[in-house]
Amino acid sequence: MVYWIALGAAGVAIPLERAVHARVFFTLGTLGGLLLTGVGLAGLSGWPQSAVLGLGLPDLPFHVRIDPLSSFFLLLLGAAGAAVSAFSAEYFQRGGGGEIRLVCLLYHVFLAAMTMVLIADDAYLFMLAWETMALASYFLVITDHRIAEIRRAGFIYFLVAHLGAIAILLAFGLLQLGQWDYTFEAMRNTSLGTQWSAAVFVLALIGFGAKAGFLPLHVWLPEAHPAAPSPVSALMSGVMLKTAIYGFLRVSFDLLQNQVWWWGVVALAVGLATAFYGAVFAALQTDMKRLLAYSSIENIGIVLAGAGLALVFHAYGMDLLAALALAATLLHCLNHALFKTLLFLATGAVMHATSQRSLGKLGGLIRRMPWVAGLALIGTLAIAGLPPLNGFVSEWLLFQSFLLSPSLPNSYLNMFIPIGTALLALAVALSSYVMVKFFGIVFLGLPREESLHEAHDIGLAARIAMGWLALWCVLIGLAPVLFLRTLDPVFQTLVGTGLRDSLARSNWTFLTAVAPEQASYSALAFLLVIVLVIVIVAMLLRRWFPVDRRRAPAWDCGFGKLDARMQDSAEGYGQPVKQIFQVFLRLERHHPSPFDRQPRYHSRIEDPVWERLYLPVARGVERLASIIGAVQHGRIAIYLVYSFVTLLLLLVVIL
Amino acid sequence: MSSPFVGQVIDLLAALMLLIAFAMLAQRRLLRLIHLFALQGAVLTLNTMVVAVTLVQSHLWFSVALNLVLKVIVLPMILIRVVNRLGLRRDAESVGNLPFIMLVAVVLVILSFNVALPISRLAGTITRGTLGIAMASMLIAFLMMITRRKAVAQVVGFLAMENALFFAATSATYGMPMVVELGIALDVLVGTFIFGIFFFQIRETFDSLDTRSLERLGGRE
Amino acid sequence: MSVSQAVLQLFQGVLAVAVAPLVLGWLNQCRAWLQNRRAPSLLQPYRVLIKLLRKEMVLATNASWLFRLAPYVVFACMVLAGAIVPLVATDLPFARAADVIALVGLFALARVFMALAAMDVGTAFGSLGSRREMLIAALAEPALLMVFFTPALISHSTALTTIVDQFSNGALQIHPSMAFAAVAFVMVLLAENARIPVDNPSTHLELTMVHEAMILEYSGRHLALMDWAHALKLTVYMGIGIALFLPWGMAHPQNWLELPLALAALGVKLALAGAGLALLETLAAKMRIFKVPEFLGMAFMLAVLGMLVHFLVET
Repeated sequence: MVYWIALGAAGVAIPLERAVHARVFFTLGTLGGLLLTGVGLAGLSGWPQSAVLGLGLPDLPFHVRIDPLSSFFLLLLGAAGAAVSAFSAEYFQRGGGGEIRLVCLLYHVFLAAMTMVLIADDAYLFMLAWETMALASYFLVITDHRIAEIRRAGFIYFLVAHLGAIAILLAFGLLQLGQWDYTFEAMRNTSLGTQWSAAVFVLALIGFGAKAGFLPLHVWLPEAHPAAPSPVSALMSGVMLKTAIYGFLRVSFDLLQNQVWWWGVVALAVGLATAFYGAVFAALQTDMKRLLAYSSIENIGIVLAGAGLALVFHAYGMDLLAALALAATLLHCLNHALFKTLLFLATGAVMHATSQRSLGKLGGLIRRMPWVAGLALIGTLAIAGLPPLNGFVSEWLLFQSFLLSPSLPNSYLNMFIPIGTALLALAVALSSYVMVKFFGIVFLGLPREESLHEAHDIGLAARIAMGWLALWCVLIGLAPVLFLRTLDPVFQTLVGTGLRDSLARSNWTFLTAVAPEQASYSALAFLLVIVLVIVIVAMLLRRWFPVDRRRAPAWDCGFGKLDARMQDSAEGYGQPVKQIFQVFLRLERHHPSPFDRQPRYHSRIEDPVWERLYLPVARGVERLASIIGAVQHGRIAIYLVYSFVTLLLLLVVIL
Repeated sequence: MSSPFVGQVIDLLAALMLLIAFAMLAQRRLLRLIHLFALQGAVLTLNTMVVAVTLVQSHLWFSVALNLVLKVIVLPMILIRVVNRLGLRRDAESVGNLPFIMLVAVVLVILSFNVALPISRLAGTITRGTLGIAMASMLIAFLMMITRRKAVAQVVGFLAMENALFFAATSATYGMPMVVELGIALDVLVGTFIFGIFFFQIRETFDSLDTRSLERLGGRE
Repeated sequence: MSVSQAVLQLFQGVLAVAVAPLVLGWLNQCRAWLQNRRAPSLLQPYRVLIKLLRKEMVLATNASWLFRLAPYVVFACMVLAGAIVPLVATDLPFARAADVIALVGLFALARVFMALAAMDVGTAFGSLGSRREMLIAALAEPALLMVFFTPALISHSTALTTIVDQFSNGALQIHPSMAFAAVAFVMVLLAENARIPVDNPSTHLELTMVHEAMILEYSGRHLALMDWAHALKLTVYMGIGIALFLPWGMAHPQNWLELPLALAALGVKLALAGAGLALLETLAAKMRIFKVPEFLGMAFMLAVLGMLVHFLVET
């Protein structure tokens, strides 16, 4: 099975000549994704399978292993990847971006690298796959490398990715501590001291955080996502961020043995801060892909907060609660992969149809693109955390596990974690603000540009792709219990206790947290009752009050001529958030004077992290570089002198 | 009177103390602040009374009387007169970044609750649960003194701190020894008089009650 | 699920739907009395609804299917909420379908549909109302969650039924923390139901309206559904408040004899709550929209204090 995945992924990666027919290859890629989904599902129930591949360097063969945790992420990769491939088959047909063959190659290398990251069982293969993934995605980001802005975005991404990779490398170095055995198996069996474990944890948090976009390391995300072609953004945001979460979980739950409670607290705090920050900034964006990128930061923050909570519970030996928090975490990973991919594909469709990315130039597309709008609505409702869809399930579970935190035997945590919950609630509520803004401005209202009247809907392949993702959103939303039961082995592996017993205490339509009398939720009942009430009400009204219906121009409080420019712009919609959370922003604003004949309003929002963290560091590096630069002269003779002196010194010292 | 019920009443009053402490922290108007202070004194008196009734502690009755006269009637009256004489009736000051201050206060509450937890477990009084609240009220009053610039508000903060201390004493050991209590009461009274005189002096010298005027230390201009 | 349970469940759902306009009428009557006006009839909201239902429907030319679907979805969400919240009896079949958090999610679903529908026609007022509503909701939600935290801590459950059972069957106990939570809850209720200090339900002044701005383009049947849903939401919120803070006198589904008593208790409680709300609305003045964060911040602080007080003095 393992061999098959590696071969299959590689086989898909081979570029054939007539790449113009992107259709063929990306469709093949879809098949690969579907197979991977199947493998993931199968792997969830099975025992861990491992193999040693005779590839790689001499004496350093590749170890691969599929356990429930990697199976779960393979499932995620497969489900999202299949949809993105199907969508790409249509998207890349109509040009846009660079050389199609190159894109095809990189795209599949990217997919294969992510697969390898998930199944790698030694640090060497892991890092190799990790870097391949980073490189492939970097080249995909700069597909349109003729635009300077995109090159800059790519550079920032590359830089942060490398910082992260160094931290991960150091973490693995510490993990093997003197044994020189880089397999994960060996790492699992070494028990490090408390300090070394803590160091590994912090390094892993930084390293994987750089890829996932935890708070101070998130800067590349809102730059790189808009720069990349939409299917690639979908894949990066939907799946690649999750590989970082996978790595974090793998290191902190699986490879490290003695978890300490404050690790969880650190992760929790960083996660909550990230979630809040992402939500506020997402509300202010005027570019639809940047908006989604910030929303990804928010969701990753939620995931990290869940993982942190699970760590706290696990460290105190409360494994059932840890499993509950972990269930919320993993489910939210998958959910985010599904609905964020769906929404990025929707932006791809919109961009294809209108060649606009700015929210200020869209609007009213629900009438031109009913398919995209309908499917995007499902994604929007799901990501806004509304029942009966999947986003609500994971958030509900997470809130439940937060509510159970008072049973922790630490009175400080008892009191602080609930207040953290409020921050989470704020982030979640703001995210529904953000998503109303996104959907409302893109799809509802009047078209803000003339050209939007010519927008066209997506074709069959894209419909299937987006429909597949929407179907997952609905199914997981309606039957979370069935799905969580299949995930049970993952919890068993990571924290030693599953949720099977507590889930089995009521039937599959009711999701419960630990005990049914404590809390339960049934999405199916929600959906059934809502649909039933709608049908009954509609029928009764039609029978009892038969009335005429008439179409007329919008009333608008009787103000008269309605024009598309009178609607809220994206900027206007975000204004209240800007006003309230001003403290957290770096705002540059210019208000025109009331007597100005040609008033111009100008406002720019910058990430304060740049100003406070990155620029000082960059200046420091520059200064250091200029000092070092003093020894550089460019003349060969001088470099020879350097080598000569070094040689002499070495001779003197050693002999 | 059943014991758990009394305990609950005391808890309720303690919670009110905390609420008033928060309200004082957020209150911008000077006159309202003094009213709140009087209210806090009243709650304190009531609390002491409940303890005195339940435990039949005669010296606590003395505290009750002292509290009632001093903190509910005399001190607020003095303060209000000062405010009137200085023409500050409508005075309000801007309290910088209020949400942040409130969050700091919440952290203080959590901190003092946790610090008080082991102490109150040791104490055998029925009021032991309220020790954390007393401590929190004290810290919040302190925080209020830090965040204010106007001298009168700072004095109110100081007096609120004294209230909290008294409350802490009642909850931990059913009040301080009589002598100490009398001494403190006298101190507070005299202190308030002196503060009152100071207000006029400050005002005459600087034309303002903003304590920033006092921050320039001697001679350096 | 026994037959009596199912019947009682259906009864409660229908009761909530039927009684909601009455609650609104009572609230308006109390307000009119307090403001020295002659009160409209208690049944006025019913008359308005019937009038609207009989009227011709005028749709904006560019209204999409979302616009037409939204009133039904909003109404259905509120009916479901009315069936879930224990109004007259605990332990009904639907009570298990949602705990308080899921209930908040249900309200959010209705709100998002309303906010989206408001943006559909593309009027300036619609999107203005939509963004204000979403903002108020975003700020109210953390406060609401903290309000729920305290009873959840006391009864170890977020299911309303369990909370009600716990509070109404145990010995009488004063929970200072619950007093804090109750005050905070009332503040959130005012904000979430577009009541006076936050929004004015009886104004169409452009600068101040929030909820009315969102339903400006609706007419006839759709408007009736939206208004009805609004009244229902208020009733359900009162129901949640009653369940959390005044839970005494609810019936158990096994015992039909308790039902008349429970109905009477509900009537008294709703009447009191309505009168109280009317009093609050009369005393308060509508605040600027950017004062709302402060108002809700206060609610949040109160709820947090309640929770902290619970940790210290009640454990």
